[in-house]
Amino acid sequence: MHVASSGLFFFSVEIFFGRGTLGTSFSKFMNAFRIEIQNRVEDPRGAAFSQKIQNSGLPITRVETADIFTIARKFSDSEKIKIGQALTNPVYENFSVDEPDFTREFDWAIEIGFLPGVTDNVGRTVVETIEDLLKVKFDPHAEGVFSSVLLCVSGAGLDLKDAEKIGWMFANPMIQRVAVKSADDFFSAGGMETFVPKVSIQNDHLTADEINLEISDEELIELGKKGIKNSDGTHRGPLALSLLYLHTIRDYFRAEKRNPTDVELESIAQTWSEHCRHTIFANPIDEHAEGIFKKFIRRATEEIRRKKGKKDFCVSVFSDNSGGIVFDENWVVSDKMETHNSPSALDPLGGAMTGIVGVNRDCLGYGRGARPVINRYGFCTGDPRKKIELFRGKKKSNPALQPREILDGVVAGINEGGNQSGIPSPQGFTFFDDRYAGKPLVFAGTIGLIPRKLDGRDSSEKSAVAGDKIIVAGGRVGVDGIHGATFSSESLDEGSPATAVQIGDPITQKKLSDAVIRELREGGFINSVHDCGAGGISGTIGELGDEAGGFEVFLDRVPLKYPNLAPWQIWISESQERMTFSVPAEKADEFVQILKKRGVESTIVGEFTDSGRGCIFFKNQKVFDLDLGFLASGWPRENLKSVPQVSVSEKIKLPEISDFSSEILKMIARPNVASNEWISQQYDHEVLGGSVVKPLQGPGRVNGTASVVRPVLDSKKAVVLSQSLGARATESDAFSAAAGAIDDCVAAAVAVGADVDSLAIMDNFCWCSSDEPERLGQLLAAAHACFETATIFGTPFISGKDSMFNDFKGFDADDNPVKISVPPTLLISALGVISDAARTQTLDFKFAGDKIFLIGDTFSEFGGSEFSAAHKLSKSVVPKISAEKSLARFRKIFAAHGENLFTSIAHVGIGGLAAAISKSCIAGEIGAHVDFSNLADDLRIALFSESKTRFLVSIAPDRETEFQKMFSDAKLLGEVSGTDLVIAGVDPISISKLTENYRGTFLEF
Amino acid sequence: MKKPTAIVLGGYGINSETETIFALNAAGCDARYVHTRDLLDDPKILDKTQILVFPGGFSHGDHTGSGKALSNLIQNNLGDEVLKFVQRDTLTLGICNGFQVLVALGLVPALEKKYGERQAGLLKNKTNRFVCRYVHLKMVSQKCVWTRGIEKLYLPMSHGEGNFYLPDTQLDALEKNDQIVFQYIDAHGVLANGKFPANPNGAARDIAGICDPSGRILGLMPHPERGLFSTNLPEFGKMKELARRENFEVPEETTNRKVFENAAAYFA
Repeated sequence: MHVASSGLFFFSVEIFFGRGTLGTSFSKFMNAFRIEIQNRVEDPRGAAFSQKIQNSGLPITRVETADIFTIARKFSDSEKIKIGQALTNPVYENFSVDEPDFTREFDWAIEIGFLPGVTDNVGRTVVETIEDLLKVKFDPHAEGVFSSVLLCVSGAGLDLKDAEKIGWMFANPMIQRVAVKSADDFFSAGGMETFVPKVSIQNDHLTADEINLEISDEELIELGKKGIKNSDGTHRGPLALSLLYLHTIRDYFRAEKRNPTDVELESIAQTWSEHCRHTIFANPIDEHAEGIFKKFIRRATEEIRRKKGKKDFCVSVFSDNSGGIVFDENWVVSDKMETHNSPSALDPLGGAMTGIVGVNRDCLGYGRGARPVINRYGFCTGDPRKKIELFRGKKKSNPALQPREILDGVVAGINEGGNQSGIPSPQGFTFFDDRYAGKPLVFAGTIGLIPRKLDGRDSSEKSAVAGDKIIVAGGRVGVDGIHGATFSSESLDEGSPATAVQIGDPITQKKLSDAVIRELREGGFINSVHDCGAGGISGTIGELGDEAGGFEVFLDRVPLKYPNLAPWQIWISESQERMTFSVPAEKADEFVQILKKRGVESTIVGEFTDSGRGCIFFKNQKVFDLDLGFLASGWPRENLKSVPQVSVSEKIKLPEISDFSSEILKMIARPNVASNEWISQQYDHEVLGGSVVKPLQGPGRVNGTASVVRPVLDSKKAVVLSQSLGARATESDAFSAAAGAIDDCVAAAVAVGADVDSLAIMDNFCWCSSDEPERLGQLLAAAHACFETATIFGTPFISGKDSMFNDFKGFDADDNPVKISVPPTLLISALGVISDAARTQTLDFKFAGDKIFLIGDTFSEFGGSEFSAAHKLSKSVVPKISAEKSLARFRKIFAAHGENLFTSIAHVGIGGLAAAISKSCIAGEIGAHVDFSNLADDLRIALFSESKTRFLVSIAPDRETEFQKMFSDAKLLGEVSGTDLVIAGVDPISISKLTENYRGTFLEF
Repeated sequence: MKKPTAIVLGGYGINSETETIFALNAAGCDARYVHTRDLLDDPKILDKTQILVFPGGFSHGDHTGSGKALSNLIQNNLGDEVLKFVQRDTLTLGICNGFQVLVALGLVPALEKKYGERQAGLLKNKTNRFVCRYVHLKMVSQKCVWTRGIEKLYLPMSHGEGNFYLPDTQLDALEKNDQIVFQYIDAHGVLANGKFPANPNGAARDIAGICDPSGRILGLMPHPERGLFSTNLPEFGKMKELARRENFEVPEETTNRKVFENAAAYFA
């Protein structure tokens, strides 16, 4: 990796370019120069790096850091000084031009920068600053600014390998480069090399290729799996088309009497991918001809809406980028939860960041433009305290990232994406299980706010009209994310393309978002809009083209990050921060001008037609001419077959517990129960000023499972959000696990104050190996439970997303092939509206002397429980719900909130009553005296069973009678008192000890 | 009575304009949104403005250091007009990222009335991490117009670069000139003394907000505009139950509004 002084070429670069999609020229940019900026007062970044390196055991004594800007453009010496001054605060920073700080003492210099083509947000800001300062314009294809960080590391006895290792501790080879020099080399050469990570693609073949489909089935299979062959024999990357699909495509083109172009074939592959078409949810399965989505999810919503009649609060379900419900007479709130699993496995930071800013666009793309007002997040990874060695290639090549690296990365990604976008991120969760070690699950969601009427008509109404201009707004197009959709539709293996990795640009998107919300969504500018996600503009223009009835696009008009992209690349690139608008022709120029004024590039790339066909031109040649009906829904419907799941019926065999107090202390410290404060606290949850029930509750700061936010400051109304994960029990009994997930999610929302009768939910199925009939059997059982539970609760599904192949295929450290599948995972998220933010309550015990009650029954139910996982117990019966009983309880609790009856209320979830009562004590910084003998005859059951629909509440002594009248079956457990948790039959535990255990698990994170 | 006119800047990654405008209007101002670009294009807007507010956010993503890029843009295109504005009998407020911009523009602290000279800095938090939580402040300035009658505030902070820095001698001058406005204290009212979490960023002398020598320009890191209602407070659930037991009403509004009410009152 280290090349003494002549250059900076790394294996990572080879991985990046080894696919034959991209070449780069490292020829010197003659005019490039480096500005180095150093904080001479304080360097907390250096201190943090230093801490992390020392934790890894390397003998370093100090790390000092500096920011480097490599500027590839000609400037005079005096201009360079001006630039340096603009980038520096003289009170605490120094800068130098093309000269390192020779006074510094260290042993190794390590520079971390981006690989060519990777989004460099800091570099872009510096370009803007220089352009304004010196009134110049950068040529985006030939000039630029590139940021990097210099680490000067001191430590006796560090060798080159150590230094490289240090570099890679803070860099990801998918997106970054690391350069290393010893202090001697550094000083003799006058610092690090000037490296300009500019992409230049050598491509003299900028036309569409004809792809011969009249080939053997074997060749077709290879084409589907590896992709179109380049002239040098390499492949472009997976099309993820099966033989059956390719036969259908071939038949279509036989009727057209020609072969497809590469643009057409790539586009069909994107459009028909599992990721975009959700074929497993759409295709017939067993006796269900209409498929899982229509039969179980959409039908549930239809039945619920019919039954609610005039009380139906749904505005738009399933058809748009998000789902929408009524907030009040003026506003609609939208919601959408996305997954970004595959990209996050390779580049966690970029994956999560593009996940959150991507779902923000799903919000902006709701109706004619909803404002993002709340973010959600969720991370499932392997246990971050463990080392888990997995490799995508043989002989320990292409290692998978460690759970800790993935967790740190995805947490940072939502931090950057959410915080910089100015959207509060109060609601989220983590869930750890080593079956997520190969492929993590990363959830990102956004709630939006939009007036019910815009321009006098329903804001959810949208349709592209023939004659409208097609305008693409936002970032420029590069090779980023090519094959993202087809890649996400497959399991991760060695062939997973590195170009699928991207970084988000929240500020560009914020500019676009501000312009849409403040200046464009009214005034007749937008007939329709879609977010560019999977498949890029091929997806959005295809969808909008369906609305209008046809499209005509001129690909050479699409602005590029660098020249020489082939037409198929421009068409399917997933470069971020783009949205496609259908704008009336007479408004198109004004639309572009407004965005230009707000610093956002937008381009008219064609227009919508009613020809029934999509046509694309590139350099005056037609490279694409497809029937839109075929493109949108011509994929062959395969009849899926499932094997019905047989639910586990074994009774639990509970282990002997000799010391219950230490068992409780262990439970509260388990990663799935312990404090997530390190995450909650680094996400802004106060921006926009509407925060009510926060991610951390009570003076003792305990993570809740629901949040309350007021999205409109002059209304007392609030939205409640919650979520729950069904994962551990799905392999035992997917029906009960899914029903339990919905019950938990609704219960969590109801506990803080939600009204079950105004609650909507969303489904995110993250399954594995969905080509196996057994997995499909589990999927069917879960979908069935979704239908039954949701229809009884009356909670409509308003949006959803599925991800069907969350499997890792690779090798372990001994070169044995391994396949790790995530546990079939169903995430349920809820969104509801309540009439007054003041009728909410938190989970912390508040006053000594208050009576503690448990609402709900406790059975011996341990299937999928935290206790079973802690003791590695074999599979047992999964907790069941009685949906009608749950519903009655939810309604009663809502009514009691209206009377402010609860002083505290907690939903009893993961970890059972032991976790719930511990958390209420920790949060309230107060103890409790309780006796659980009236719950179950076995203390193990009382403490650790995870029976559903239970609530732990504290009640003021003067309201005990009133409470018992309302909840006649609630069990009195004891009262709030003292500084210890005292449970009859268990040694007292001090609250300070409980707190220490609760917070200790992730203290170092 | 005519309401004082306020403009709240937006664009380029600023993100707290909505709640800031709400706070000003609720306090009796006539506040409106102005995109920073529109102000650069038409500086005359300032002539008709009495209150200029730089709200919180992530202008230019904090790239190259918080507030730097936006202050460069303003400095290059509007520097003189802004200096003229603050010399009139006007009020200026910078919250969080807005405070960082004020510092980078040299509008605070402006020791020795050297307006326009960068004198202070808001460095990365000592924890090297973005933090969002409620903090307690005590008000220590007699001079600051924005904070008259305020003793303490309880409000959220959320930032990654709020570690106030000035060389020691200038800190003495700041203190002597009565330009320190807010200091972090703990829940019992004791000065945080640099300790996390009461002092969430490591700021010198627990400084959370400062003003210029005239007292008309205030910059602070925490967000009064995000804690206007009692339901915003982390202890709301306990407050409402205590109110029931002790038979008093929970006020709907918090003292954080006083910051904005002082601005309205100044022009009354």
